[in-house]
Amino acid sequence: MSRKISFSTQILNGIFKENPTFVLVIGLCPTLAVTTSAINGLGMGVATLLVLVSSNFFISIISKITPSQVRIPVYVIVISTIVTVIGMLMQAYLPTLYLALGIFVPLIVVNCIILARAEMFAARNGPIASLVDGLGIGLGFTIALTLLGSIREILGSGTWFNQPLFSSNYQGVLIMILPPGAFLTIGVLMAIIQKFTKKGGE
Amino acid sequence: MNITLLFGIVITSIFINNIIFAQFLGLCPFFGVTKKMSSALGMGMAVTFVLTLSSAITWVVNFYLLIPFKLEYLQTVVFILVIASLVQFVELLIQKSVPALYQSLGVFLPLITTNCAVLGIALINISKSYNFIESTVNGFATAIGFTIALLLMSGIREKLEHADIPRSFKGLPITFITAGLLAIAFMGFSGMKL
Repeated sequence: MSRKISFSTQILNGIFKENPTFVLVIGLCPTLAVTTSAINGLGMGVATLLVLVSSNFFISIISKITPSQVRIPVYVIVISTIVTVIGMLMQAYLPTLYLALGIFVPLIVVNCIILARAEMFAARNGPIASLVDGLGIGLGFTIALTLLGSIREILGSGTWFNQPLFSSNYQGVLIMILPPGAFLTIGVLMAIIQKFTKKGGE
Repeated sequence: MNITLLFGIVITSIFINNIIFAQFLGLCPFFGVTKKMSSALGMGMAVTFVLTLSSAITWVVNFYLLIPFKLEYLQTVVFILVIASLVQFVELLIQKSVPALYQSLGVFLPLITTNCAVLGIALINISKSYNFIESTVNGFATAIGFTIALLLMSGIREKLEHADIPRSFKGLPITFITAGLLAIAFMGFSGMKL
């Protein structure tokens, strides 16, 4: 296998070809819920990235010794343990972000991206390749979340990473930070992507 | 315990704080199975069944197992295990006792384990410090709100099939825009005070 040269391809694959948000369209709940500002999107993305990298790594190590009938419960325990650890670390070192993300930190457990990568990639590949795959997919997720968060924050509050961008006269389009704004933003973004990638629609 | 409070929880969970349009939980099935109204209804029924049961069971587990032994930090791990085994158990039970129901719900049941609405509501019940009855009622009402959202969406998507949509918006983009418009409609409830 040409595994050695494919690390950079693997990462690019996670960011573009298999971008979890815009191409695979999985893990939507945190994507839409926490992207009210760029910093929240980035924080959620990085938290998911860390969980994904470590869960991919550990699962690929234990996958050989796990009986296939009970693999899903075993994976879920591994993932939820990692999520609990990362949640505690966030609570200790980044309490503001932890509060802003709220219930969506424990809910990383049920983020379909993580179980999907465990099942589709980590269980069939070596630890290092799985780690790189987690990094690629996690980066793709982080970029998507930061992008969504940036668009919503700039339009909705006129700031970017809490830095004001416009004069103080800018009122902000309130709806962009409210729930409907999340659906509208991702809808328009996906339409733009579809415009340039697909020839005839679906 | 009074009826007014429970009624408040029901209305809040179904309309004001709708699980899909206001809380963003359970979005994967919302976009995944709403192409046809019949599968939306099946998914809604399966979720209602599991969510009501899981709300009750996770409350019991939390109150009689985790709190006395000071194991609250294990909440996520324990809850996801409870939910996974519950889903498995319900699947076996329905398969044995009501095969007809299993035929219609069967494919949706395994998907519910990774439906974040179920774990989400279990955690929300704890954080709002609901008692046993309130938790169960909240679980049931949330699931009804979920079913309503799924049915609305699938009804619209069935009509959208025949609509003349700009090429770039075909498929998922228009579905997201539709969900956005539905969410705006549901924001109309947010002024309600209970």
